[in-house]
Amino acid sequence: MTAITADVPTSYLTSENTVRSWLLTRDHKRIALLFFASITFFFFIGGLAATLMRLNLATPTGLLQPDIYNRMFTMHGVIMVWFFLIPSIPTTLGNFVLPLAIGAHDLAFPRINLASWYVFNLSGLVLLFALVMGGVDTGWTFYTPYSTLFSNGYVVAATMAVFVNGFSSIMTGLNFVVTVHRLRAPGMTWMRLPLFVWGIYTVSVVMLLATPVLAMTVFLVAMERFMHIGIFDPSLGGDPLLYQHMFWFYSHPAVYIMILPAMGVISELVTCYSRKTIFGYTGMTIALISLAVLTFFVWGHHMFVSGISIYSGVFFSLMTFFVALPSAIKVFNWTASLHKGSIIFDAPMIYALGFVVLFTIGGLTGLMLATVGLDVDLHDTYFVIAHFHYIMVGGTVSAFFGGLHYWWPKITGRLYPEMWARFAAILTFVGFNLTFFPQFILGYLGMLRRYYSYPPQWQSWNVLSSAGASILAVAYIMPLGYLLWSLFYGERAGANPWRATGLEWQTSSPPPVYNFTRTPVVTVAPYAYNAEDGSFTAQTGITNA
Amino acid sequence: MYHWVPFWPNTAAVNGQVVNALYIAELAVCGLILVMVCGLMLTFCLRYRRGSSASRADPTQKSWAFEIGWTVATLAAFLGLFVWGAAIYIWLYQSPRSDLEIYVVGKQWMWKIEHPGGQREIDALHVPVGKTVRLVLASQDVIHSFFVPAFRIKHDVLPGTLETVWFKATKTGEYRIECAQYCGTQHAHMTGEVVVMTPADYARWLAERGVRESLAQQGEALFRERGCSGCHGANSTVHAPPLEGVYGSLVHLQDGSTVRADERYIHDCILEPRTFTVAGYPPVMPDFSGQLSEDDVVKLVAYIQSLADKQPPPSPKEALP
Repeated sequence: MTAITADVPTSYLTSENTVRSWLLTRDHKRIALLFFASITFFFFIGGLAATLMRLNLATPTGLLQPDIYNRMFTMHGVIMVWFFLIPSIPTTLGNFVLPLAIGAHDLAFPRINLASWYVFNLSGLVLLFALVMGGVDTGWTFYTPYSTLFSNGYVVAATMAVFVNGFSSIMTGLNFVVTVHRLRAPGMTWMRLPLFVWGIYTVSVVMLLATPVLAMTVFLVAMERFMHIGIFDPSLGGDPLLYQHMFWFYSHPAVYIMILPAMGVISELVTCYSRKTIFGYTGMTIALISLAVLTFFVWGHHMFVSGISIYSGVFFSLMTFFVALPSAIKVFNWTASLHKGSIIFDAPMIYALGFVVLFTIGGLTGLMLATVGLDVDLHDTYFVIAHFHYIMVGGTVSAFFGGLHYWWPKITGRLYPEMWARFAAILTFVGFNLTFFPQFILGYLGMLRRYYSYPPQWQSWNVLSSAGASILAVAYIMPLGYLLWSLFYGERAGANPWRATGLEWQTSSPPPVYNFTRTPVVTVAPYAYNAEDGSFTAQTGITNA
Repeated sequence: MYHWVPFWPNTAAVNGQVVNALYIAELAVCGLILVMVCGLMLTFCLRYRRGSSASRADPTQKSWAFEIGWTVATLAAFLGLFVWGAAIYIWLYQSPRSDLEIYVVGKQWMWKIEHPGGQREIDALHVPVGKTVRLVLASQDVIHSFFVPAFRIKHDVLPGTLETVWFKATKTGEYRIECAQYCGTQHAHMTGEVVVMTPADYARWLAERGVRESLAQQGEALFRERGCSGCHGANSTVHAPPLEGVYGSLVHLQDGSTVRADERYIHDCILEPRTFTVAGYPPVMPDFSGQLSEDDVVKLVAYIQSLADKQPPPSPKEALP
């Protein structure tokens, strides 16, 4: 590290250097980095499981033992859902950027923020214990009565990991809700909030409302497995469908917990790199809020063929179609925001454009699955697998990488190597489509999820998918290399390398310990970019030519 | 016909033909929207790339006309698809009048099939072409899901109760049965084959099986063996509801509700009688859950079904208030 110029206050990275200062920090920026470390670790464990799965499926008979394969897809699901996707954007980018973006000096409850990280790691340890002891073979959905009576894996440990993990979600969600309500800078009205903040805010509310239901559900599973209290198992007088209702009442909102912050990130990227204001700010906020509300009324679409009544099926189908509206509004508005812009194809923008395409495909195939007559055929096939990977990986993970590159100079004070990053972004898009598009076709052909082996006539599509997965793996490992490199050798970034309007860019990079030397005052709406003359007006009201 | 790279699954039932039409329509609508979105993005990205000479003056302002316009257009297109899909769902999942009823019991990891004539098979289901076949599905252990891709029908099979699904095959041949719900180690191999035959071949196949007793007759034997007849029989002294004519009728329950006595009702009554106490009868029937295998329950159900057209025997209790 070279000397810091006198007028810049000490950055949060260099203020203290002891291990203790990191492990007991209450600075939201440092906690964000701690979360980065944890979720990156879990991302690669979950990715390793996925690699083994795609390797196994390269041949029709399968290369792994069925019990091993079943443990792999369970671990892949559990880790990716609860230990990567759900915390990914909120606990890292959200934790780092949210207070900066609203002009706050930290989150409302810095200690709870740190506690959230410890609880998260505790749950991770419990999960790793289950994994090391021999794993779980129930699938991430833990369907009863298989999970409670028939599975011989470490189901209780895995469900307890999920149980504990939920408290981390709740703590982080609570912190964000209170922070957005109480700590906005003067002039930062609700309708001047950047859409990223809106995304994090809505997702936090969903986390607070949905996660307790998951906690109850997995707790009851553990009770039934441990103490044979009949809740879900019909042979003990329970109802297996009750489990599915309770599980999906959480797990459908969980999908929105993954995608809402991603939508927020994309709104930041699309505006900054097309030098245009967002098209339809109000519509975008209404869309986020209505998604957060509707998500609680669509859980039954996971159960169309499970034996629920025909009328419930039709009702949940209709509610799911309504979800398509706010999603369509968002896609249309992002597209319209490009119109008459001055578009720069930097890596974050490539991720953002990729996101819009992949999210659109994911959304439209979601519509096909919501069509209840068609779902009878497509349910539990690879069509469903492809659909939700388009949303969660094509959507959320693209947004995560896009946001990571975008805020990297703010987080580290260094620029990432642009050419490498563009290459990785394009490679992600290509590898992703090659991996998951064939799975739509496999699904309609009748290939089912959680199959370790399949009829030989489906091999060509599976080989294509596995080939794509290897490209995707390279595309995901690359940033780990060049981003680490840039920590030491990257070009120094100024306070605002992208000429962006958000408050986080109006302080030094990396920011000082309490973010701002003087609390900023907000006078204008976000995204005051001018594509015509290249100028922009920061939210503090200062116009830069 | 063997394609090395298959694009489209076999379609061998009326159910499948109807679902295919909807699938193609949805692909068309979704494809159109995707092409539109990608086309616009590509156009804007090329035309408004930094440094291009296109004019940026007077950017379109957001107006509610735009927002409401495209929202309503999307809604209209989507609601059409919703109604179409819902209609198909109701049609697929409501049992029509069937020509043939076959019982299917799923267990880790096989499908046991019981024909009404008493013929049994494992992981194979022989049916005649052109007939409406109704399957009554039961599970011995965990949740399974009966799926025939070529027919586009699927229904979860739950332990502790019965579900039904129907199809009408249009082409003779052999089609894959799969279990769609993850059910443990050999989930991927819980498969079988539907063999669709001409009615003549089917009749010959049934005859060749050389079965002595029909499913209902096997049920009747069980009915005596397990002591059911002790209470429900004609000469019983216990006040139990007679079973003749029950199947298909409306039954009034103790709690004031009324249910249609279908297979599922009879099945659930045998396993958990206290949940379904019939009005006017004491709740004295013992619980048979865990006592009978699903194969046996299915036989008993078939027997009680066979009594649908019979009259209850006159009993001295009839005179009692």
